Amino acid sequence: MSITNTAITPEIVAEHGLSEDEYASILKILGREPNMTELGVFSAMYSEHCSYKSSKKWLKTLPTEAPHVIQGPGENAGVIDIGDGEAAIFKIESHNHPSFIEPYQGAATGVGGILRDVFTMGARPIANLNALRFGSPDHPKTRHLVGGVVAGIAGYGNCMGIPTVAGEVNFHPAYNGNILVNAMTVGLAPADRIFYSAAAGAGNPVIYVGAKTGRDGIHGATMSSTEFSEDSEEKRPTVQVGDPFTEKLLLEACLELMATDTIIAIQDMGAAGLTSSAVEMAGKGGLGIEMDLAKVPAREENMKPYELMLSESQERMLIILKPDAASEAEARAIFDKWELDFAVIGTLTTTGHLVLKMGDELVGDIPIAPMVDESPEYDRPWEPTAASAVVDASTVPAPASLTGALKSLIGTPDLCSRRWVWEQYDHLIMGDTAIRPGGDAAMVRVRDSKKGLALTVDCTPRYVKAAPETGGAQAVAETWRNITATGAKPLAITNNMNFGNPQKPQIMGQFVGAINGMRAACIALDYPVVSGNVSLYNETEGAAILPTPVIGGVGVIADIEKRGTVAFKAADEAIVVIGETTGWLGQSIYLREIEGREEGAPPPVDLALEKKNGDFVRGLIETGSVTACHDVSDGGIAIALAEMALGAKGLGADVTPEDGLAAHAWAFGEDQARYVVTAKNAEGILKAAADAGVPAAVIGKTTGNGELKLGTGDSISVSMLRSQFEDWLPDFMAAS
Amino acid sequence: MKSAIIVFPGTNRERDMAIALEKASGTAPLMVWHKDSEIPDVDLIVVPGGFSYGDYLRAGAMAAHSPVLRSLKEKASKGTPVMGVCNGFQVLTETGLLPGVLMRNAGLKFICRNVGLKVETSQSLFTGGYEDGQVLSIPVAHNDGNYFADNETLDRIEQNGQVAFRYVDEDGAMTEAGNPNGSARNIAGVFNKEKTVLGFMPHPENAIDPAVGGTDGRGLFDGLVRALS
Repeated sequence: MSITNTAITPEIVAEHGLSEDEYASILKILGREPNMTELGVFSAMYSEHCSYKSSKKWLKTLPTEAPHVIQGPGENAGVIDIGDGEAAIFKIESHNHPSFIEPYQGAATGVGGILRDVFTMGARPIANLNALRFGSPDHPKTRHLVGGVVAGIAGYGNCMGIPTVAGEVNFHPAYNGNILVNAMTVGLAPADRIFYSAAAGAGNPVIYVGAKTGRDGIHGATMSSTEFSEDSEEKRPTVQVGDPFTEKLLLEACLELMATDTIIAIQDMGAAGLTSSAVEMAGKGGLGIEMDLAKVPAREENMKPYELMLSESQERMLIILKPDAASEAEARAIFDKWELDFAVIGTLTTTGHLVLKMGDELVGDIPIAPMVDESPEYDRPWEPTAASAVVDASTVPAPASLTGALKSLIGTPDLCSRRWVWEQYDHLIMGDTAIRPGGDAAMVRVRDSKKGLALTVDCTPRYVKAAPETGGAQAVAETWRNITATGAKPLAITNNMNFGNPQKPQIMGQFVGAINGMRAACIALDYPVVSGNVSLYNETEGAAILPTPVIGGVGVIADIEKRGTVAFKAADEAIVVIGETTGWLGQSIYLREIEGREEGAPPPVDLALEKKNGDFVRGLIETGSVTACHDVSDGGIAIALAEMALGAKGLGADVTPEDGLAAHAWAFGEDQARYVVTAKNAEGILKAAADAGVPAAVIGKTTGNGELKLGTGDSISVSMLRSQFEDWLPDFMAAS
Repeated sequence: MKSAIIVFPGTNRERDMAIALEKASGTAPLMVWHKDSEIPDVDLIVVPGGFSYGDYLRAGAMAAHSPVLRSLKEKASKGTPVMGVCNGFQVLTETGLLPGVLMRNAGLKFICRNVGLKVETSQSLFTGGYEDGQVLSIPVAHNDGNYFADNETLDRIEQNGQVAFRYVDEDGAMTEAGNPNGSARNIAGVFNKEKTVLGFMPHPENAIDPAVGGTDGRGLFDGLVRALS
C-alpha cells in the first residue's frame, strides 16, 4: 500500500511546527513517509497545545486526588463530588492568540470551547468565569481589544443562557502584544451520570453531530504553540468563527441524548478538531477507528481530507453510540428535532489504527498507540528566578495623606470597578446568582437546594514574575481565601498556565517555580487540581508576558443564607482585621502606582497560617458571628475597607493605623492570609482568635456618615471614592 | 392557573419563567415547542426571554413567523392573555400584537443590571399585584430593549393607558439616568388596547427569591394567579 502522494520537504515539516527529531519519530512509527493529511494529524497531536510536551513532566507533580475528586486531569473537565449525589464539573482554558488577532471571535469561541468541554461530560453549565489580561491602557490596541473581547464573551455566554458571574481584568505593558483570555465553565450533573471520552466496543458507530465543518481554524492548535510575530495578524483566517445559537441547540440536544441510554462515549471537537477527538477517543479505549471523511458534513465544497481533519470549526461533537438500530434512531430523532447535523462517519475497529478514507480511497493510516506513546515529552532546561531584594517599607516615602493615596489608587486601571465589563454579561440568568460580580467570589445556588457553589479566578502575575514559587502558591491561596471569605469550603481548582517560550531556560524556570508553589499550596490547603490548560509561547517579538498561572477555584457552602458578603451592613459595628499585618510594600500596587516602582520581593505566603486564618474566618461566617467579610489583597487594608464601604449605601468607617508601623505601609501593604470582618460584638471574635492562635485586631468601627476616615484628621467621602472607582473604565473605553 | 410557555430554538429563560409560574400557581406550565401548530387551552401564554433563532436577522423577527405563532395570534384574538418578556416582547412587537419596536440599546452594549421600574397602572390582570405608581427593582438583561414608536403612537398608547411600566432612577423619577437603553419616554412595557397582551423587557422571573435577587417580581406572578385562577 502506498498512500504517500506529496513529497514532504523539510520546509513543509518546519511549517507544521515539527522538529527534525519529531519528524524522524513519525517516519519510524509509519515505516514510511507520511502524506500531507497524516503529517497534519501528527503536527496537531504533537503541538504543545495537544501534547503538553514541555509541561507534562511538571504538571504530573501536582496533587490531583482527594476523596471528593471523581475525575482529575485527563478528561474534558474535572469532576468533584459536592454531596447529595451531585457533581460539579469544571475547567478553564485559554484562547489567547486568537483573541489578540480577532478579539470578538477569539474570545467568543474561547467561551464556546470551554462550555463544550463541560457539557460533553453530561453537565448543564451553570456559570462562566473569565480571566482577562490586556496591555497598557496607553497602548494603541488596548481599547479595541478590551471592547472586542468583552463583547465576544458577552455575545456567546449571553446567547447560551449561562450566567457569567466572576472574573478578573488586569492591565500591564507585558501583555501589549499578547493578551490573555482564559475562560472557565462550571456545570452540574448527577454524580452517577458522568460521560467520558474513552471509546469502547469494536464495530460501534462513530457519529458526528452539530455544526458543519468549514475551513476555519485550520491549524489553530499549531498556531497557539508558536511565538507571535508581526505577520501574525495575517493569520486571521485561522481564527474560528463562533455561533452560540448552534451551540445552544447542541447543548440541549446533547443533554437530551444523555438522558437516554444510547451513549458509550462522547467528546467535543476542540483544538485540532476531528483529529484530536478521534485519536483521544480511540486511544483511550485501546481501539482503532476508521472514518470516511466524505461523510463529514461540510460547509464548503471540495474540502480535502487534510482540511476536514484539521478544521477547528466550532459547535461539533463526536459520539460513540450503542450499535443497535434503535439507539441510532433515537439519537438521530433528537438531533433532527434540534435541526443539527447527525452523520455516521465511521466505526470503531480492533486494528488500533486511525484509518481515514475519502469514499473508497485510503487517505491516511496511522497506528494510534505508537503515535500517542511516542508523543514528545521534553525535560526543558530551566533556570531558577533570582530572588528580589525585600523592599524596606521605611524607605518608601509616605503620601501627603492616606485618603489622598487611596483616592488615586482606587481609580487606577487594576483597582477600579469592572462594572463596565460585567454589566455586559448576563450574570443573572438561571435565577441562582447569590453573589453577583464584584465580590470576593461569586456564588451560584445549586438549583432546588439551599446549597451554593463559590467560584473565583485569581492570579497576581507581578508576584509570580518576582518570585515564581511564592507567586504560584499565592495564586492558589488567593482563590482559597476568596472562597473562604464567602463562607464556602474550597474543594478543588483548575489551572491555566500562561507563560512565554519554554525553550528559554528563564521562562521554563518561571514555569517550574510556579508549579512548585502551586503544588505546595494545593497540598497544604487540601485543594487538588482536577483540570487545566497550558498556554506557552505567549511572546511577541521575543518579549514574554508576565508568568500568569491563573487559578480557578470551586467551593461549596451548605446554606447560601449563611454566605459572607463584602458590603458593610450597619453603622457602629466593630471592624476587625484577621491575620498579621507587617506592612509589606514590595510588589504592592501602592509601590507601583504611587512611587512608580514595580519591584521587590512579593509578600511571603505562609500556607499553614493561610489555612489556620481561613478556617477560623469560615467558622465565624458559619456561626453568624460576622456581618461582612472581605479578603485583603491588591491595595491592602485601605482598598478592602473602601470596597466594603462602596458596597453599602451611606456607610463609612473610622479606623486607626496600627502603632509601630508606617501608616502607609499598614494601609496599603499586601501581607497575605488576611481578612477584614465586621461584627456587632468584637469581644467574642478576639477571644476565639486568641484561643485559636489567630492574630486578630480591632482597627475601628463602621460609621453612618458616608466617610472613610483613616486616622486622625484624614478622611474622604465614600461618594468621592465611588466616582473615582466607577469612572475610570467607562471613561477609558469612551475615549478615542 | 394553567399556563403555557412557548419555546423556540435559542430560547433560554424558559426554565426561569417556569419556576416563577409554578411557584406562584402551584402548577407547572406546559412547554410548547415552536413547531407545535396548536397551543393547548390555557389561562396564560408566555413568550419567554432568550435569543430565538439566534436573533439572526433581527431580534424576534424569525420567531414571529414560526408555526406556533399562528396559534398564539388566534388565541390572543379570542382573548387568551399573552405575556412576552424580553425576547418575548420583541416577538410580540414583530407580530404586531403590540405597538412599537425594540431597537438596539442606545449604549450599543448588552446590559444586565437591576433597574428601577415604575408600575404605571395596577388596573390590568397582569399588574393587579402591584400598587399604582409602585417602584420595583427588577433586573434587565438585553441587547435590544430600546423601545421606539412614532410620537403619534406614543401619545395614543399613553392616552389609552397602554403603558405598563416605565424605567425610573433611584429616586423613582423618570430621568435619562434611570433609562438603561434609550427607550422612548422611558417605556419598559406596553399592553395591547384591550390589556390582554403585555410585553416588557425586565425579568421579574429573576426577582422572586430573597436569597437571589429580591422579591419585587413576585407581585406580577401572584397578581396573575389571582386574576386568572
